[in-house]
Amino acid sequence: MKLLAAFAFGLLFGCGILISGMGNPAKVLNFFDLAGTWDPSLAFVMGGALLVTAIGYRLVFRMGRPLLAEAFSLPTRTDLDLKLIGGSAVFGIGWGLSGFCPGGLIPVLGLGFEPLLTAAAITAGILTARWTISLSGRIHTAKA
Amino acid sequence: MTDFTPLLSFLGGTMIGLATVALMAVHGRIAGINGIASRFLTTQFNGDWAWRAAFLGGMVLSPLAMLALTGRLPEITVPSSPLLLAVGGFLTGIGTTYGSGCTSGHGVCGLSRLSARSLVATLTFMTTAFATVFFTRHVFGG
Repeated sequence: MKLLAAFAFGLLFGCGILISGMGNPAKVLNFFDLAGTWDPSLAFVMGGALLVTAIGYRLVFRMGRPLLAEAFSLPTRTDLDLKLIGGSAVFGIGWGLSGFCPGGLIPVLGLGFEPLLTAAAITAGILTARWTISLSGRIHTAKA
Repeated sequence: MTDFTPLLSFLGGTMIGLATVALMAVHGRIAGINGIASRFLTTQFNGDWAWRAAFLGGMVLSPLAMLALTGRLPEITVPSSPLLLAVGGFLTGIGTTYGSGCTSGHGVCGLSRLSARSLVATLTFMTTAFATVFFTRHVFGG
């Protein structure tokens, strides 16, 4: 039941990405091209998603607990650190170069070579970052 | 050029929102795609891995649902060269891991929860994405 629901939500999320144009790098890059062939469509994607989620989350949190889990798993950190800002800055550069963000990429994975290449590169980036983070963690631990 | 599609984009956005709300209501989880995909890349195949695999499976198969609905597969155009895709993808993986989230995790879930971290992250990656496209299209290229 839990898995079937997760599959259905993934399917709905993916269809939303495909219908919205978020899975099409040409459209994403044109959204970022204010000085050229600007296509404001993606502002409407964010608008629609935020409207539903902001209202929906409020209703859901009133339930007290999720239907098929013990509790809501929510991020607890509130500090603004260099990792958050630097990492986000680097992600934006990557997104601006490829036109693929992770959510836009996964629904189009089966549609060609370019999405697969990008996914392989993102995976390499994730694994590299995990390795450097664990490395710096070990250095800090050694110092302490 | 790509066509301006405010209605379809808004509709797609509300579907993304519905899926995001549903995953919280049923599984109690944030629909941050990079986080889900990243935690899927593990060697511990437990229950958390299973729902992530199911969610990602639904996403990957969504073009088939579109085929059933509309009679054709969605089409995409990739303007960037394979080199730019490789470099951009690598930076995306590094950046979302250090920054703890991507467009969906920070930009949709986080902003909806009024998270200050997500607001800072979203403003940062949107700014550098706009700047990157300006540089590649109007300073170095085009």
